[in-house]
This record gives sequence, C-alpha cells and structure tokens, in this order.
Amino acid sequence: MLRFLVNRILQGCVLILIVSMIGFAVINLAPGGPLSQYAMTPGMSQADLDRIAHQMGLDRPLPVQYLDWLGNMLTGDWGRSYRDQSPVLDVVWRHLGATLLLMGTSTAIAIALGTMVGVLGALKRYSIFDYMATVGAMIALSIPTFWFGLVAIFIFSLELGWLPAGSMYTVGDQSLGDYLIHLIMPSLVLALVNVAIWSRYMRTATLDVMHQDFVRTARAKGLPRWRIVSAHIVRNALIPMITLAGLQLPTIIGGALVTETVFTWPGLGRLFIDSLGYNDYPVIMGLLMFSAILTVIGNFLADIGVAFADPRIRLG
Amino acid sequence: MSDPILSVRNLTIRFKGDGRETQVVHGVDFDIHPGETLALVGESGSGKSVTSFALMRLLPEAPRCRIDGQIRMGGTDLLALTEPQMAAYRGPRIAMIFQEPLTSLNPVHRVGDQIAEAIRFHRKMDRTAIRARVLELLRMVGIPDPERRMMAYPHEMSGGMRQRVVIAMALALEPELLIADEPTTALDVTVQAQILDLLRDLQKRTGMAMLFITHDFGVVAEIAERVMVMYSGRIVEEGSLGAVLERPRMPYTSGLLASVPRFEDAGQSKGPLGTIEGFVPSPDKLPAGCSFHPRCPQFRPGLCDQRMPELLPHGRPAHPVRCLRAPDLSLVPEVPA
Ligand SMILES: Nc1ncnc2c1ncn2[C@@H]1O[C@H](COP(=O)(O)OP(=O)(O)O)[C@@H](O)[C@H]1O
Ligand SMILES: [Mg+2]
Repeated sequence: MLRFLVNRILQGCVLILIVSMIGFAVINLAPGGPLSQYAMTPGMSQADLDRIAHQMGLDRPLPVQYLDWLGNMLTGDWGRSYRDQSPVLDVVWRHLGATLLLMGTSTAIAIALGTMVGVLGALKRYSIFDYMATVGAMIALSIPTFWFGLVAIFIFSLELGWLPAGSMYTVGDQSLGDYLIHLIMPSLVLALVNVAIWSRYMRTATLDVMHQDFVRTARAKGLPRWRIVSAHIVRNALIPMITLAGLQLPTIIGGALVTETVFTWPGLGRLFIDSLGYNDYPVIMGLLMFSAILTVIGNFLADIGVAFADPRIRLG
Repeated sequence: MSDPILSVRNLTIRFKGDGRETQVVHGVDFDIHPGETLALVGESGSGKSVTSFALMRLLPEAPRCRIDGQIRMGGTDLLALTEPQMAAYRGPRIAMIFQEPLTSLNPVHRVGDQIAEAIRFHRKMDRTAIRARVLELLRMVGIPDPERRMMAYPHEMSGGMRQRVVIAMALALEPELLIADEPTTALDVTVQAQILDLLRDLQKRTGMAMLFITHDFGVVAEIAERVMVMYSGRIVEEGSLGAVLERPRMPYTSGLLASVPRFEDAGQSKGPLGTIEGFVPSPDKLPAGCSFHPRCPQFRPGLCDQRMPELLPHGRPAHPVRCLRAPDLSLVPEVPA
C-alpha cells in the first residue's frame, strides 16, 4: 500500500512535469506569444514592447522562464491573469464551482441512466428496447453537442419559453429553484452523450459477465432473478466502469467546453475559451496544469476504487 | 423398486442460431431412483452437459433453445414450470455441481456468503442459524479451519477447495438429487480421488440420489451403480455397472472401456491403450444410420449406415443396447487380458 502510494505520487509528478514542459513550450513558441495582447494596442512602439517584455521577464531564455514559472507554481503562485491581474488559482477556483455543479449533475444522470439502459439492453439483447437504445446512442453520439444545445434553446427557450436560454442564475434571484431551472437544459444536453457512452460500455460489460460460469452457479442455487442480476451480474459488470469514471474526471474541463459556451455557463470550459481569446497565458497554463492534476487524481481514485470493488486486485 | 425421484421421457433439445436449428439431444429416456448413483458417460461433445443443464432448466431461453419431452419430479413436469417456480426447485429438490471449480464461484463475494446465499433465499432462518449451517457444511465437505475459510475469497483457494465450496453450496438444502457434471475433470489426480471419496461419503450420509457425469469409465466403476452411455445425443447402452462394464454390447462402450487404464495392468506395458479413432460428429452433421458407424470397428456396410438402431434389450443380463449388430456380436471389453 505504501509502495503503491509512493509509486503513484512519483508517477504523477513526472506526468505533470512533462505536461507542463510541453504546454509551456507550445504556448511560448506559437505565433502570437504573450506580447501579442499589447501589439494590437494603438500607439505602442517596439521600444514600449521591449520594455514590457523586460518587465515581464519575457526577454530571458525560455528554460530560465520555465524554471522560474515552475518554482513559483510549486510554491502556490500560479501567476496572474493578464485580464484582471487576479491570481490564476483564484480565477480557476471562481469558475470551478459552476463546472462542478454542471458536470456533477450531468454525470450523475449519465451514470444512473446509462447503467440502467446498458444493463437492460444486455439482459434483453436483440429486443426492441435494446435495438432502440443502440440506435439512440448512435444518434446521440453522431450529432454534435452544440447542435443539440442550440436546438434545445430554440425549442424550450425561444419557442416555448419554459427554460432560460443560458447562464447559471438570474441576477437578483439566485434561489435554489432558480439554479435548478438554469441547470436543467445544459446538464441534460451534456448528459446525452455521456448516457450514450456509458450505456454502451455497460452493455458490453454486462454481456461479458452474464455468460460467465458463476452466473450459472447463482441460477443453480435457485436465487430470484433480481438477486442474480444485482449481486452477481451488475456487481461484477460495474468494476471496469470504475476505471472509465476515473478517466472521465479530467474531462470536466474539456467535456463541458462546448456546453458551457452554448449555454453561457460561467465554468472552466468557458474560462478556457475566453482565456484563449485574450491570449491569457498564465490562465491557460493554469488550466492545463489543473487538468493534468485531475488526470493523476482520477487514475489514482479509479485504482483505489477497483481494488476496493474487486478482491483479486492488490494495490502495488 | 421404489418410484423414481426423477423421470425423463423423450427429452429432445434443439439450439437455434444463425437461422438454423441444431438438435443435440434426441429423445432421451431415463429414471433416477432415490439414493442411487447413475453415471452418464460419453466422450466430450456427446450431449451430457446439455442434458444435465436441461434437468436444472439452465439452458438459454425459448427462441434460442427448445426443450421437448418431460422431466418429471414428484408428479410435476419441470419443463412446464414458470421460472420462479423452477427456482424453488433448484437447491432444495435438485442441485448441481460443475466441471470448472475455478470459474464457478463469484470472484467478488466471500465463499461463506455465497454458501449462505444458497440458504437465505429458500429458508426463513436468522443470521446466526445460517452462519452455523455454513460452518457445518464447510466442515462436512472437509474444509479445515472453516471459521477462517468462510471469510476467504475464491481466488485465495485451490481448485480442490473451491470444488468443495461448490459442493457445500449444492448440498446446503439437502437436495433429493445432485447432478455432478464432471466434477473432477479439471482437478489433478490426487484431488480427484479426494473429491470422489467426499461425494461417495456425502451420498451415503444424506441418502440423496446422484447423476454423475463423466467421460472416464475409471471413475464410473468407483462411484456408480447404474450406467448410461451417451453418444451424439442418444443413449446407446444402459444397465447395471456389472452388465455394462463386464459385458458391454455396444462397440462404442467397449471402445470407451478399452481406453481406460486398468489398475492391475499398471507397470506391465502391454502396448498402447486402445482409443476410438476419429471424433464425435458435430450435431448438425450426423451420419445416416447409426451415428457411431463411421468410427465403429464392427461396422457392416448396408446395415449400420441404413437406419438408426433402436434401444433394445440384449446380452446377459439383458440391458438396453442401441446396435444393429448386438444380436450377432459378443463383445468383451477390448482390454488386453
Ligand atoms: N448453448 C449452445 N448452443 C449451441 N450448441 C450447443 C450449446 N451448448 C452445447 N452445444 C452443443 O451441444 C453438443 C453437446 O455439448 P455438451 O452437452 O456440452 O457435451 P458434453 O458435456 O457431453 O461434452 C455439442 O456439439 C455442443 O457444441
Ligand atoms: Mg460437458
């Protein structure tokens, strides 16, 4: 167990280090660069630009800049946003809640619904239900999320006027009910694709388990069907899904990107898009690091979860 | 003779898949009487497992698999029961142990819980009573230190120990009939002997009847009183242990017998063991006439390839044999004597 922990922490550090180097290099070598935000300002001379570059330390060699940035990051100073000079960690933190609310809701819906659809589809393979679930998943996966989002806004906000077209709350209201009303459309639109993915994986996992010998043994014991399905089939089929859930953790940034943009949801995905538009490099780097850290944590939690759910797996 | 506890009549099993239907069991009849051990013998692929799964109704559901005929137990036709009604038979009336001890247990549950589960859904017993029963069962099947072993997961046990757990599970509700589908095939030889001893001993103690399935005549002699030989989904010879082993009338039976190493012969090499050449035909490509004729050393053209022989009494003592040549052949087991 201790060896597992040490191993994982080391692995995680190496991964984060590599991601940070690649990210830093790409951002600084790409055309544009940190100075491009000033270059457009009217009346800005080359001398002015050089002075700003010097102030920001941008005239030093890239490795030096990187080490400087790395040292600061390790001490908790992730730099300041070019946009409003607030610390990057604060900026990320401010947007994290909105994303967690949206992703948490939609992931809960996706897992609950996807598991049910997947298990039922496998148990009643080749039935009308299974056929419809398969076709439905294909449709959900092949139509882009923004299209669904825009159509949903068109129907339920513009035409019917039932639901707000975007943002997380009504300024001046902010009651629980108000949050929920705003949450419905984006979380369902976002859940749609995840239900499709989750149900497909769950169907395969269930089919795998269903035909194993121990399920036959369970039937030979004269157990009721619900017990065979819950304690023997689903219980085992969920084990590989834990890994999938762990892999999905870092997608809370990228996963909601489109949805957050369509529904003007003030989360990390929106923050990323906006920061790209402003060439706000410290925030972009911060989000990249955040995503890498979530990947490490997601994997770690998944491994612990699998070891917890499957007595054959030992951590180490 | 007492009434049979299980009575199978004209059992016919067909699988449907890829748009065609394959019949794998063709009108099998047999009875099992209280307390007896009936062996079902035949090479791999002859339909033994499918037959035994049909008795437990463990085969795939209706469109994929069709079972016809009757399986009577105490006046009830098991094939006519609904699934929940059948579930009430599995365990207290008829139980089964399987060929693969390594995969027959659920890897994520403790073995004690898996045995308890077999009791919990049939009997209204409280936790302490169930726990006591689980410990008793584990002791009965010869698992040492049962308090500790009941907490183990299947992967922490050897194949032999796992098979003992499966046996404990099957015996938890004292079934009238235990079906054992090649319970020792996957185990190594010393463990095989232990499990056979255990089953024999348990049967004596509980008085249950047993349908013992095997491809190995050596095992049959150890455990059975009556023998049925199956080939390509049909019973081809049936009788008391003495009649079938000492005086087989069907060339397939004597071929199987010849491939069993005899204890007395050990050490004195008398040439290679006899084997039957060729393979069990696939159920969708059965030859015309007697299914065994392409492999039969006694094959007579124009006779054996013309019609399927019926199961008729032959030999001394007379017992059912499915062979057109039975009247004019006197077979001894083809073992160098
Ligand atoms: N689920 C199934 N679907 C189709 N055919 C099957 C199925 N199970 C068994 N069979 C076929 O039935 C025949 C008898 O198999 P089985 O009863 O397992 O033989 P045995 O136990 O005597 O070795 C084999 O030809 C096998 O391929
Ligand atoms: Mg078999």
